[in-house]
Amino acid sequence: MEENKKEMTDLELIQSYDGPPVRIMEVCGTHTHEIFKLGVRQILPEQVTLISGPGCPVCVTPVDFIDKAMYLALEKGVTVCTFGDLIRVPGTKGSLADARAKGGKVQMVYSPMDACDYAAEHPEEEVVFLSVGFETTTPASCLAAKKAMDQGLKNFSLLVANKTMPAAYQALKDSVDVYLYPGHVNAIMGTDVCEKLAEEGVSGVVTGFSAKQLLRAFATILREFPKGKPFFANCYQSVVKKNGSPGARRIMEEWMEDCDTQWRGLGVIPHSGLRLKEKYQAFDAEIKYQVPKMEGRINPACRCGEVLQGKCLPTDCKVFGTACNPQHPIGACMVSGEGACSAYYQYSLTK
Amino acid sequence: MEKTVTLAHGAGGKQTNELIDQVFKAHFANPELTSDDAAVLPVEAGKIAFTTDGFIVSPQEFPGGNIGKLSICGTVNDLSCMGAKPKYLSCAFVIEEGYSMEKLEKIAAAMEETAAKAGVKIVAGDTKVAGRGQVDGVFITTTGIGVIQEGAQTSGFLAKPGDAIIVSGDVGRHGCTILLAREDFGIEAEVTSDCAPLWECVEAMFDVTKDIHVIRDATRGGVGTVLYEIAEQSQVGIRLMQDQIPVQDAVKGVCGMLGLEPLYLACEGRLVIFAPKEKAEGIVEALRKLEPSKDAAIIGEVTEEMPGRVVVTTPIGAQTLLPPPGGELLPRIC
Repeated sequence: MEENKKEMTDLELIQSYDGPPVRIMEVCGTHTHEIFKLGVRQILPEQVTLISGPGCPVCVTPVDFIDKAMYLALEKGVTVCTFGDLIRVPGTKGSLADARAKGGKVQMVYSPMDACDYAAEHPEEEVVFLSVGFETTTPASCLAAKKAMDQGLKNFSLLVANKTMPAAYQALKDSVDVYLYPGHVNAIMGTDVCEKLAEEGVSGVVTGFSAKQLLRAFATILREFPKGKPFFANCYQSVVKKNGSPGARRIMEEWMEDCDTQWRGLGVIPHSGLRLKEKYQAFDAEIKYQVPKMEGRINPACRCGEVLQGKCLPTDCKVFGTACNPQHPIGACMVSGEGACSAYYQYSLTK
Repeated sequence: MEKTVTLAHGAGGKQTNELIDQVFKAHFANPELTSDDAAVLPVEAGKIAFTTDGFIVSPQEFPGGNIGKLSICGTVNDLSCMGAKPKYLSCAFVIEEGYSMEKLEKIAAAMEETAAKAGVKIVAGDTKVAGRGQVDGVFITTTGIGVIQEGAQTSGFLAKPGDAIIVSGDVGRHGCTILLAREDFGIEAEVTSDCAPLWECVEAMFDVTKDIHVIRDATRGGVGTVLYEIAEQSQVGIRLMQDQIPVQDAVKGVCGMLGLEPLYLACEGRLVIFAPKEKAEGIVEALRKLEPSKDAAIIGEVTEEMPGRVVVTTPIGAQTLLPPPGGELLPRIC
């Protein structure tokens, strides 16, 4: 009962907010999804603008990555293993689903380890795992590559487009007042980066994914923001520790190093990407199969890039809900269940 | 060596008879079970309901049941939803060459037990054996006849604004069970299929009132798909209270991990009922006295606004759309 009372207090606190306008960006795709599913936007006062940031790994994966994966499947006869979401993301000319229809081998897996196991079970095939995602999924990709190395597998490699959040926080900070940090990323990385950002003047709160946790986070933001002093708060202490998960970080640091990388819609952000270290090049599909440089071209009608920066709402986009829908996505944000356009399309009552 | 089904068992000769006698007749024996070309059944006054369903679940055995139990429940429940007391079933087997005789026996035993529980007789059957790889283990088709109870009239077209919406138990368990049983995800959780024959539940509701507008059993597409079907057929809006929808914690956990909506996971022992609001409490009370429906709950209501849509009131009091059922490729689960 006590808990319930508390939650009501958070909700009331949010609804009675009468402070200055505030722009909050949720950086995590799962947050985006839950916020839409719960209808959080409906209960926020009008001074509060919620921006769905670039935290859906599928949404920020650049067009040329899809093009490269299709090249591997169609030109090199490689078996491409991937998370299901990526299969329908449009590249310059079609998606991996189209590649599959043309006879390319595209295998859906639920984890990088499954892809490694698939390679072990199919020694006659060349297997590439499409390694996308943030600090939460990168360790699993590294572990899969390590397992392949330990088992002496010669037919397994990664096409890497992993990204890290800190540089993105820096890059986007001018369009945001307060970040809602991604609980899962912080569970791996700890809270040092966020605390440091607060010292530099960038506020944020890390939280989990339940209604209660989200309300607590918004209440905290709206209580702290009017005070005018940059802040950081951990509203997810059961999972997020200051030190994060050192084991997961160790394997990442062993296998990967940072690089500049392209974010769909945002352009190149320096030091925001990861690539395999030189000593592990044998597992780098781009090198192994000499994948040529590609100039990915996005459908010009798509405004996913602006959506990701909070410069427009999905509903402002001309193709939203008409030419672009979950069955026939034009932009990446419509593909993944975590994408802002898809969430808008699925849960919004007004369309 | 393990005894298996061979192509000879399907050839119509001596071995076919052996298979029928030893496995099927041994379990399905009843006075009406025919050895002739068709069963001969007495005709009752009134109307009959008549339906058929095919079952191709993989794996064939899962926590809480097997394909045999499922094949009885599915057809019996379809009849029950029309207000028809299930009376007779036929069943047709297509068995893959090499299928274990012991497993087949288990399936037949489950069918016997479930049919007895549901009060139906299996009166006709057919057995075919297909070459290896042509079917996945065993496929079963059951066809059923039931007698519509006097005064009962249920249909997906009859939902009315003001109706309460009841679900007869927690949702999504069968689908979740099958997903886990396939071991594709490396997730372990204690989840058992809700697979059960539900005539007794319908009968208990009719004892309270015959004024029930819609009864549907939520199968492959889950409760969510049923709700969209009814909203469309009756041209009404549906409003759900998310807090009131019963979902087992384990199912919630699995759905959270895999990004699934429990309302779209298959059920095999759940009814969705639309009845006038003033009758709803009594119906729920009657349902809760029975094992398969002990967690029955009122989950929402029918509205005039937004016909064809299902709107969810979330735990924070906001209104969101239940995403309509998509054309996603779902694994084969029932």
